[in-house]
Amino acid sequence: MRSRITAAPYLLWAVLFIVIPLVLVAVFAFTNTGGGFTLENFKNSADYAPVIFNSIWLSMIATAICLVIAYPLAYVISRRSAGSQRTMIMLIMLPMWMNFLLRTYAWMTLLENNGLINKLLGFLGLGPFEMINTQGAVVLGMVYNYLPFMILPLYSVMVKIENSLVEAASDLGCSASDTMKHVLLPLSMPGVTTGIIMVFVPSVSTFVISRMLGGGSFMLIGDLIEMQFLGNAYNPNLGAAISMVLMFIILICMALTNLFKDPEEKEGLLL
Amino acid sequence: MQNNNTLISLRNISVEFDGQKVLDRISLDISDKEFVTLLGPSGCGKTTTLRIIGGFVDPTEGDIFFDGKKINGLPPHKRQVNTVFQRYALFPHLNVYENVEFGLKINKIPEEERRKRVKEMLALVNLRGFELRRVGNLSGGQQQRVAIARALVNHPRVLLLDEPLGALDLKLRKEMQIELKRIQKQLEITFLYVTHDQEEALTMSDRVVVMRDGEILQIGSPTDIYNEPVNAYVADFIGESNIIDGIMREDYFVEFAGKMLPCTDSGFGKNMPVDVVIRPEDWEISEDGKGQFNGVVESTIFKGVHFENIVDAGNIKFMVHTTQEHQPGSRIGLSIIPDYIHIMHKMGKDETLELGALAADSLLTDEEEAASEEE
Repeated sequence: MRSRITAAPYLLWAVLFIVIPLVLVAVFAFTNTGGGFTLENFKNSADYAPVIFNSIWLSMIATAICLVIAYPLAYVISRRSAGSQRTMIMLIMLPMWMNFLLRTYAWMTLLENNGLINKLLGFLGLGPFEMINTQGAVVLGMVYNYLPFMILPLYSVMVKIENSLVEAASDLGCSASDTMKHVLLPLSMPGVTTGIIMVFVPSVSTFVISRMLGGGSFMLIGDLIEMQFLGNAYNPNLGAAISMVLMFIILICMALTNLFKDPEEKEGLLL
Repeated sequence: MQNNNTLISLRNISVEFDGQKVLDRISLDISDKEFVTLLGPSGCGKTTTLRIIGGFVDPTEGDIFFDGKKINGLPPHKRQVNTVFQRYALFPHLNVYENVEFGLKINKIPEEERRKRVKEMLALVNLRGFELRRVGNLSGGQQQRVAIARALVNHPRVLLLDEPLGALDLKLRKEMQIELKRIQKQLEITFLYVTHDQEEALTMSDRVVVMRDGEILQIGSPTDIYNEPVNAYVADFIGESNIIDGIMREDYFVEFAGKMLPCTDSGFGKNMPVDVVIRPEDWEISEDGKGQFNGVVESTIFKGVHFENIVDAGNIKFMVHTTQEHQPGSRIGLSIIPDYIHIMHKMGKDETLELGALAADSLLTDEEEAASEEE
């Protein structure tokens, strides 16, 4: 009984700020401006399929790049002494102390046509290159902003893999790549799935990065939804419908990643 | 010691970690099918020696030969040795069968042979029926067996064991000691075993290597090491000992604790200071006044098989093992036959200081005490 009482504030919180808003979004999605039931909004959101696919595609690329960068890095950190592990993790967290917008602005000035990078390349007789307002710039922004969310779960899993396991693998005939494939990868899988979710979910729904680094020249789902609520295309019903589609996509992605997990270690995800 | 049976040969191996010498010019030959134990306190370099052979540590200086070939720098996965790690290092994501199968799979042994060999090995370590169990759910002793099976299934030339029984309770440890010896005999594989437990070393080994501070003090059969320790340190480490300062008055006569007694050693030179080592179980007990030494039983502890008594013989205290109980305060006589008086060369002064309290108590005999007071 006591656990119920102590859980009450959290339950109240969850109902107030999670369940009720979700219900409201659903209500908006299934009604028209007059308040009548309709599926029109979902039908209309199908028009934006290219935007949705593009969002997913870019986020997948960003997530993959994060994984490729973060995995070896997390492993290297996890094999260091406790002191230098702390320092390195600190350094990785450091950019996160800065405001998200500020970080993204910084990339704008770096990537601009007459920005820092192009100027430096100009000295070498190269460029200028068209870097800002490209899909590449958006992916770069996603990778830069969300990389720590990939490193941290990977690191926290890998730091628990004892060095003697790596030695045992090598003792039993594993080359470095065999050890990777047969010991490290399976043991770090929970970190990989968590990292993928932690990077993919915010990437797919971002609108700031695409607006600032993509220059609004192409839209992502996040931009689309924001426009329906705050922008000139004001249509909350359609925005809510697209939000629900996005939520559905994310849930599917999480369920898929969960499939890779060890059946005994499945975490309490919704699906 | 080099013979044509030698499988592993360490030549003047030194290892430094961060400028600190861990091994100091060690040389050791290990024969094929031999059970060799590296024995010593923690930090003596025994595990480092094992890791050099396993390929996890590269010697700073010196060479290591395997079957006559130099293998310095050869990575572990290319060596014909397997290791049983201190804390087993079983793969938590694999079950018992998959753990044992691991090395065979990596070395691309065909499925059928793999199954046969894993089965054999699990039978050998008495783990039949455990194939599908997760390793995390096994007891310490069972994990231990999986670790042994996982190493042995690859048919290594040498099995390296790094304090494999350290985490087990006493009874299980004794069982596993016998088990390991049986497996070693049955498979005819060279075992190199690391432990700090002298009893374990004496029970299982063909040869024992006693180490301290990165050096080898003595190599010999368990009986040699026990009966003829090269110095007081080894004597003290291998079983309990009374270590007493003495002076070799002439061949076959030693003076200690104010008494001149016959012994069986010679060739030390006249009036040479020596360490006299007497095992506590070697004393003969008699009535008070009838022994070479007579004293008061100061304390007595029941140890199961015997009583451990500290006897105060006036200017010196002896540790004495008896089968009969002697009440503290009672007086007894102690005698020792010449065979059981072991005479050893003195170690350096700083080394003597590290020895046990008993030895420190008996550092000076009456005569020397008087002499030092005059100075």
